[in-house]
Amino acid sequence: MLKITNLHATVDGTEILKGINLEVAPGEIHAIMGPNGSGKSTLAQVLAGHDAFTVTEGSVRYENEDLLDMAPEDRARKGVFLAFQYPVEIPGVNSAYFLRTGLNEVRKARGEEEIDAYDFLALIREKMALVEMDESFLKRSVNEGFSGGEKKRHEVLQMAVLEPRLAILDETDSGLDIDALRVVAHGVNQLHTPQNSAIVVTHYQRLLEYIVPDFVHVLMDGRIVRSGGKELALQLEDKGYDWIREETAAAAAATQPAGA
Amino acid sequence: MAADNDTISGYTAAFEGFEASLNGGARSPLHARRREAIAHLQEHGLPTARFEAWRHTNPAPLANGCFPPVVTAGKLSAEAIQPFVVSGIDGPLLVFADGQFVPGLSRVGDLPDGVQVHSLSAADSETAAIITANLAALALGAEHGFAALNTAFVRDGAVVTIHAGCTMDVPVQILHVSTGQAGLTTPRTLVVAAAGSRASVVETFASTTAGAGVLTSSVAEIVVGAGAVVEHARIHLHGADSLHAGTMHVTEEQDARFTAHTFCLAGRILREDVHTVLRGEHIESTLNGLSLPLGDDHVDNYTTIEHVAPDCSSHELYKGVVGGRAHNVFRGKIHVHQAAQRTDAYQSNQNLLMSDDAEINSKPQLEIYADDVKCSHGSTTGQLDPDALFYLQARGVGLQQARGVLTRAFAGELVDRLQHEGLRTHVERLVSARLDAVLADQGGAR
Repeated sequence: MLKITNLHATVDGTEILKGINLEVAPGEIHAIMGPNGSGKSTLAQVLAGHDAFTVTEGSVRYENEDLLDMAPEDRARKGVFLAFQYPVEIPGVNSAYFLRTGLNEVRKARGEEEIDAYDFLALIREKMALVEMDESFLKRSVNEGFSGGEKKRHEVLQMAVLEPRLAILDETDSGLDIDALRVVAHGVNQLHTPQNSAIVVTHYQRLLEYIVPDFVHVLMDGRIVRSGGKELALQLEDKGYDWIREETAAAAAATQPAGA
Repeated sequence: MAADNDTISGYTAAFEGFEASLNGGARSPLHARRREAIAHLQEHGLPTARFEAWRHTNPAPLANGCFPPVVTAGKLSAEAIQPFVVSGIDGPLLVFADGQFVPGLSRVGDLPDGVQVHSLSAADSETAAIITANLAALALGAEHGFAALNTAFVRDGAVVTIHAGCTMDVPVQILHVSTGQAGLTTPRTLVVAAAGSRASVVETFASTTAGAGVLTSSVAEIVVGAGAVVEHARIHLHGADSLHAGTMHVTEEQDARFTAHTFCLAGRILREDVHTVLRGEHIESTLNGLSLPLGDDHVDNYTTIEHVAPDCSSHELYKGVVGGRAHNVFRGKIHVHQAAQRTDAYQSNQNLLMSDDAEINSKPQLEIYADDVKCSHGSTTGQLDPDALFYLQARGVGLQQARGVLTRAFAGELVDRLQHEGLRTHVERLVSARLDAVLADQGGAR
């Protein structure tokens, strides 16, 4: 479904991603962990198409198409979804309008008819129940005055409405209490099917108790330095990141020619 | 000042011709006001670029050269005015073509007790007394040359009076339509809302042509009695080449609630002076404005809120979405007199520049002579929030549509402030259509 090859990206001339390789097959859940500043969020935003980042090298294939060649809206229409780490406030645009506009664009791209107001209401009620959000949010401006937890639930609600093939969750767990975390994870798990995949970017192992990954990758200094199963996340929780940093440094030193 | 003298002698000659045509009407109280006004014009002239009040709007295209007053109204059909009429409002509709009343297209219908809606020329004796007492009652400063020009040549106008305690729920519609005849037209409106009354008035300035050579010099006077609640909306839909210099004078008495909405949607040069005087205590006054210039349009909203008495609050929100090479100007003066203790005044001017060639000037001006007041102002100018655009794109919304969504939300705040649902829907449609044009106008070379 997704194949990232040697991806390099810069922001304001500074290289953040330094050769990412990652392959995601249908139905898989991949967790990407790593210390602050390692490039996790950059990877998520590059995949969604944020123009603050410049891809300098490498390729990303999504469903056998060149993802990097697509506008952000086309990626969304083809089933790529980014749950934002910092959801943006949009004064004057209510949540219902925002959700319905996005859904209709995605439906049009799939060759489906636009959803009418009546059917949309039925759909949105069902999805809001999934993330335990009150209907009153529909009339409020997008994210304006939402608490941190409400913003994250609202992201998962959008995901539930758009039903993406590839969901990228960018630190969706940060700032959540345990109840909100459980609700968010439940929402994500409900959407998981043998066809749909997810990339879960997280700083902590905690979220992975609720969303069980097939693979865990450790991102450090713009590269994936270690990959493993879900037990890798537990190791990180126990021992932190320093041991990986040391092992990676040692491995790099070993490859240097003697006497250099 | 030779050009200015030529202009004024042109208007003086036109005035003499007008006076001669009045056939006895020259002895009316209204004509006495006209004479005062032409004398004012002869003494002070029209504004020049040296006037501080015209610092960001060159008055020359409006003030250099005499625009001969349009004497005969052009033809106007029901179809032609249909887009400008708020559908679904059954209330009174007064239609003026080139400044003259058109009875055939107007309707008054059954009015609630204590409410009168007339044209100036058809006022009954009771309304005539109200007109005499209130029309052009405010002293004009030297900077108000265009208001004097209106008064000097006023032929007709709309008069809405509401007796004490009476209510007119449905907005009274006043439609000033230019049929494209070059020259000066002088729409005039007088609203007198007595103590404890309620009224809503919507004035639309429209044109059936692009209106090259058309100068509209309008004046509206609004008297808001003690405890009265008045909402007033002005919709500027002039021809794309038309010029407009408008003045609105408001006086508010104790406990009054007044809200004005100004939508500057079309016109080549659009200058709008709003001056409201809060004369009694516990008044709440609100000025809202939305300007959507494009191409080479120039819009200037020049507002003054005068707090004379204590314990009043005023709120002012003007927004602009500026496309093409257009220029949007805002001046907001809040004048708090020494006696106006505990004044609470807030002013905000926000602009979105939709092209590299668009330009704005924003000037808050607070003059405070009382020591116990809360006055604040803010002004922002920028482009659409790139993070919000990306957020929408990441949900499948194309960039152009996302720009539309955010711009509509920005402008929508002012549309939403209209109280009457039918009027709100009407304005929403006009604003939406205009925004499409503004968004499409990326400026560039002429």
